[in-house]
Amino acid sequence: MSNLKDLRGSSAIVGVGTFGNGESPGFTDMELLARSAHAAVADAGLKMSDIDGLCSASIGASMWTMPVIEYLGLNPRYIDGTMVGGSSFIAHLLPAMRAIRSGQCSAVLVCYGSAQRTSPVGRREIGQLRRLVDPQPYEYPYEPVLPASAYALAASRHMHEFGTTREQMADVAVAARAWARLNPEAFMRDPLTRDDVLRARMVSDPLTVRDCCLVTAGGGAYVMVSAERAKSLPKKPIYVLGNATAVWNRQISSMRDLTVTSAKQSGAGAFAMAGMKPNDIDLLQLYDAFTINTILFLEDLGFCPKGEGGRFVENGSIAPGGKLPVNTNGGGLSCTHPGMYGIFALIEAVRQLRGEAGERQVKGAKTALAHGNGGTLSSQSTAILGTEETV
Amino acid sequence: MSEPKGVEAFHQLELNAGHFLIQRCTDCTGHVYFPREVCPHCGGTSLEWIAPKGTGTVYAVTTVRRKAGDGGDINVSLVDLDEGVRLMSRIDSPVSNATKIGQRVKSRVQVNDGKGLVVFDAMQGGAL
Repeated sequence: MSNLKDLRGSSAIVGVGTFGNGESPGFTDMELLARSAHAAVADAGLKMSDIDGLCSASIGASMWTMPVIEYLGLNPRYIDGTMVGGSSFIAHLLPAMRAIRSGQCSAVLVCYGSAQRTSPVGRREIGQLRRLVDPQPYEYPYEPVLPASAYALAASRHMHEFGTTREQMADVAVAARAWARLNPEAFMRDPLTRDDVLRARMVSDPLTVRDCCLVTAGGGAYVMVSAERAKSLPKKPIYVLGNATAVWNRQISSMRDLTVTSAKQSGAGAFAMAGMKPNDIDLLQLYDAFTINTILFLEDLGFCPKGEGGRFVENGSIAPGGKLPVNTNGGGLSCTHPGMYGIFALIEAVRQLRGEAGERQVKGAKTALAHGNGGTLSSQSTAILGTEETV
Repeated sequence: MSEPKGVEAFHQLELNAGHFLIQRCTDCTGHVYFPREVCPHCGGTSLEWIAPKGTGTVYAVTTVRRKAGDGGDINVSLVDLDEGVRLMSRIDSPVSNATKIGQRVKSRVQVNDGKGLVVFDAMQGGAL
């Protein structure tokens, strides 16, 4: 009987790539994906013909891995189209590690692209279509704006139970913007204050538009190979030390406790596999679809006690120069959010651990946690990454 | 038309007739909502329909901000029924942005164009 711990550090991310972040008028989802995939494969020092494993997911196309394989001219022996929303590309890690360990494949490409901001098909049309093909008959009749209203409900409960304030949530957005100002790839880089967030247009109380992630275009991709093979490739390998995924519900109305997400389970699983604790982590990339997410995940992943997340993020403590670096690319709030953000959290963790993060580089970072969220606090996937000395 | 076989259609037809029903599992005695074919507590299929008391407590609340032309602001709440199940709904009275977590509420079936929907009204006596 094999143990998940046996997989710790068995695979490494050896290539990452992004393309078209922000505005990319005239590009399709697939074109953004393909450019990102090409960049990641080149970064790995490989050719597209070396890729024999493929993972991808799409919000729109339910058979998405097939057109991706066709478009890139691949013949993969390992295919994973698992779609659990924005966390999918982090959830793709562990099964791919198993596939590499077993010899089923040797080089896995995980890739994503979305033209959400600039697509000729608007979000309103997609929303109407979704009501038909993916109905939620016990929520849609009440006309929530999903996903925002679901996160707003969670925020209302966190405020009620723990005294979390709108100001504390605003500080999450302010910290993300401060990091984005150090990242030339970030989409929004103007200064942002707490008051700017509080006075922005209210979307679904208590969340203003500045508590909500961006709507951008963009693509992202990464390449993973065995730890042995990684040593022969040009870039500093970043090892996967732990990964776990959890789903407790789909609908926000089916979530048992709106202040506790299944990140509690995915985080515990990833830490157990890595044999590590929150104290061992140098920097975090948390899927900040909304400001409340960062607070919930800091708690559920064990970086502060339940209910303390609001106080934890106050006054620049997760901003550049603060006590814990969180979302160093600017996150979904200020860097990029083309429909699903998870892969970008992982890519930023890799860039930080490689020492490639320029002005926003966290000095001497050896370990990172990248956390994905999907749906309406529905799926959670946690990855722990490290440099060679942590394996 | 024959009686619908699936629980989703049955539940909606009852709502359309003004009846709000939830399920109760006769194997594990757990209450179930939204309606299922299989009990999410014990995996059994012995689910019976019951009329809930209709009373509950607001668990979480938001106001969806919309332009007047799109229907104006609207309350969206999660309500915990006294039977122990939760549902998304709307607190219809008092006006939307007055609703607070902990408010005691009572269900009412609103039928528009033949389609029933469970909404809630605040009860006198206020919050728990």
